[in-house]
Formats: sequence, C-alpha cells, structure tokens
Amino acid sequence: MTEYHLRTPLSEGDVQKLVAGDLVFLSGPLFTARDKAHALMRRAGSPVSLEGAALYHCGPLILDDRVLSAGPTTSGRMARYTDEILGLGVRAIIGKGGLPGEPFQNRAVYLAYPGGCGAAAALQLRVLSVHLPELGMAESLWVFEAKEFGPMIVAVDAHGKDLYQEVRRSAQEPETY
Amino acid sequence: MREKVVEATVRALQRAETSLPDWVLQRIKEALARESHPLARHHLQFMLENVAIATAKGLPLCQDTGLAVFHVLQGRELILDFCLSEAIAEGVRIATRVIPLRPNAVHPQTRQNSEDNTGTGMPDIILDYVDGRGLTLTAFPKGAGSENMSLVGMLNPADDPFDFIVKNVAKRAANACPPLFLGIGLGGSFDLAARLAKQALLNMPGESLEELQLLERINSLGIGPMGLGGDTTALGIKIEKAFCHTASLPVAINFQCWANRSATEVIQ
Repeated sequence: MTEYHLRTPLSEGDVQKLVAGDLVFLSGPLFTARDKAHALMRRAGSPVSLEGAALYHCGPLILDDRVLSAGPTTSGRMARYTDEILGLGVRAIIGKGGLPGEPFQNRAVYLAYPGGCGAAAALQLRVLSVHLPELGMAESLWVFEAKEFGPMIVAVDAHGKDLYQEVRRSAQEPETY
Repeated sequence: MREKVVEATVRALQRAETSLPDWVLQRIKEALARESHPLARHHLQFMLENVAIATAKGLPLCQDTGLAVFHVLQGRELILDFCLSEAIAEGVRIATRVIPLRPNAVHPQTRQNSEDNTGTGMPDIILDYVDGRGLTLTAFPKGAGSENMSLVGMLNPADDPFDFIVKNVAKRAANACPPLFLGIGLGGSFDLAARLAKQALLNMPGESLEELQLLERINSLGIGPMGLGGDTTALGIKIEKAFCHTASLPVAINFQCWANRSATEVIQ
C-alpha cells in the first residue's frame, strides 16, 4: 500500500503507476457530476474540458459558494456512462461503491473516498465555479479546488485489478435458490 | 403547541445531521477495537474523525442530508387542534434554510425539486400512540445510498429467510456505505414487512441471540467498511416480526449506512 500525493490534471504516468490498494491524496481542480449532469453531457457534451480530469461523483451541500459537506455518492448509478466519460479524457473517477472495472483498463483509475464523510471532505475543498446550475445544488457540475483531498483508495486500477470485485467474490455464500 | 412542534422538528434535525447518537459512536469504536484489516481500521478512524469535525463545526456529517422521515409517539390523552404533519413540514422547511440541508425531495417523474425537502407525501411521518399526554418526535433523516439497496422479498415458506438476507447483504452492502445497520421485517404482508423493517431501524439497539447470530454470519462475509474488505460489515441488526399468511413469507431488509442519524425531542 503506497501513498501518493498527486496534482490534477493527471498524466498517463500517474494513472499507470497506481495499483489497487494504494492511498491517494489529490490537489488541484476536481469536477463533480452525478445523475443529471451525466445524462445532460450525453446529450449535449461537457461544458468544461475533462482532459486528465478527476471526476467526482458528488452532490455537495453548498451555502453561498462555501462547501459545507461533500462526500461521495454511489457510483453505480452512473455506471452506464463510464465509457463515454473516460472517452472525454477523464483519468480518475472518484466515488463510493465502485464501478465495473473493464472500461478503466489502460486508461483510468477509480478512487474510493470514504462514504458519509462529507464534513471532512468539505474542509479539503473550495468552490472555483459552477456549471449547469439549472440542475440544482446536488446535480450541478461544480468545479472545486482540492487541497490534499483524501484519503482515497485505488479500488479499480488501470491494470485490471478491482478490489470490490475481489471482496464480493470471496463473500459469496453457496447459492441456495 | 404547534409552535413547539415546529421548533422541536428544527432542533431534532439540527442534532441528527451534525452528530451521531452515543450508542452508534460506541458501536463504531468497539468495531475499531476488534477490526484486524489495516484499510478497514483506516476507514473506521476516518468516520469517527468526520463525526468529530461535523459536531465541532456544526456541519452536516454527510452531504446527503436525507429524506425527511420522522417517528412520532403521541400520548393517547393528547388532543392536537392542528395538523401535525403540516407543523413538521414547516419545521423541515425552516431546517432546510437554517442548518442548512441539501434540497433532496423531487417529484418522482418530472424530478422537479421542491427546494425545501417537502412535497406530496413528504415528510414521511410514522405515528404511534403511547400512554400519557406527551409528544416525542424523532428525526430520522434517511440517505439514499442505503435506502436504495433496501428490498422486500416474497419468499416461499420453504425458503430460509436468513439465507435470503445474507445473500442480499453480500450483493448490495458495498453501495450502502457499510458498516451497516440492518432493519429486518419478517412476516406480515408485502407492505407490512417493509414497515416492520423501518420500525426495526427505529427500535435499535440491543440484539437477541437470533439477531447476534445473523450479525456474526454477515460479519464473517468479510465485506468490511465501504465494501473494501474487513471484519466489520454490520454494526447492528434488529428483526421485527408479524404473523403472515400460511402461503407467504415476506422478508424486508431496510439498509442503513454507518452514519445512523437520529435525534429525539420530547414535548410536554
């Protein structure tokens, strides 16, 4: 378990060196997007460049441009968009609960931020700008400046390793019906 | 009296959103003392730190400030000359502004957000009657991550309900922010099982032998905090039962994340 402190946007080299189980802290811009922003980007494209970006599955609680609470949301709801989002240049998806690992191979990582830890996350983030504000507070695309955002666990790496899947496999009891 | 209910609603939500009940914190600390996986220990420690930050700074500990669920115990001798659900809704609207809460309540089809956490059928108020003339109000803000993983199974009476529970927890836990609290409704009907499961979450803590055995079986799965491995998959289980039809075996699982928020206000 190696600990990395990286800056966004991420390089191809950053992605390649991360291995499932490593700890990561990120500094630099982060982009939030969840259900509605993903659906809208599928129709109309991204309002911002996501080249090398870390995309955060998060619907923050914001008051007057101050981040009050901003932990991760369940990534599984956005699973249908993974391939096209990574196609926009995203090199890290941050969330909780995991995503199918296949689209990440050789191009990106999935980073797990501890779920429910919104207050701790808020102290590591400040608002740079907001896009798609018509989608409402939780669903807008917020651009945050992250300072040592973490700890995050590399749960899916670019080399085909998926921690969630390993845990789930070993947890299966024999099928009874 | 109406004003007291409105104020109690705001106070209960404020406390529920920014702290955890002592018994919940205690369960996390006990799990940390037992946990053998380094990554799982890391998670449990960070969760405790997060609660400490939230409480010290008055920040909602999770950005998902939940759906407005309330449990009300009304004294049988108490007569209210106002609409209780309207008074609680007013408290929710005020709390949304002052705490503040993230506006979460949307129309199920248009997805239009009411921006104040209320709407048709919301807040959800579970009302029970007790002796006396008091009113006890518990705020139980329910986050979607864990609620989304909940389910009702209409089993064959020949099936083992505990196998069904363990199998579904194994499959769904990672998305529900484990370590979990599990409310189980066993028996009744399709909808009664679901209500019993929610009631079970409201009724924690304290496990029977049967509940402890199920807890042990779930923890032996090794799913761990956030689904990334460990000894701590669940922190508590409560089973509420009702008689069911001889041809039926309804089982409901209401998932609750580690951040098991609730706060109670007593109005005299």
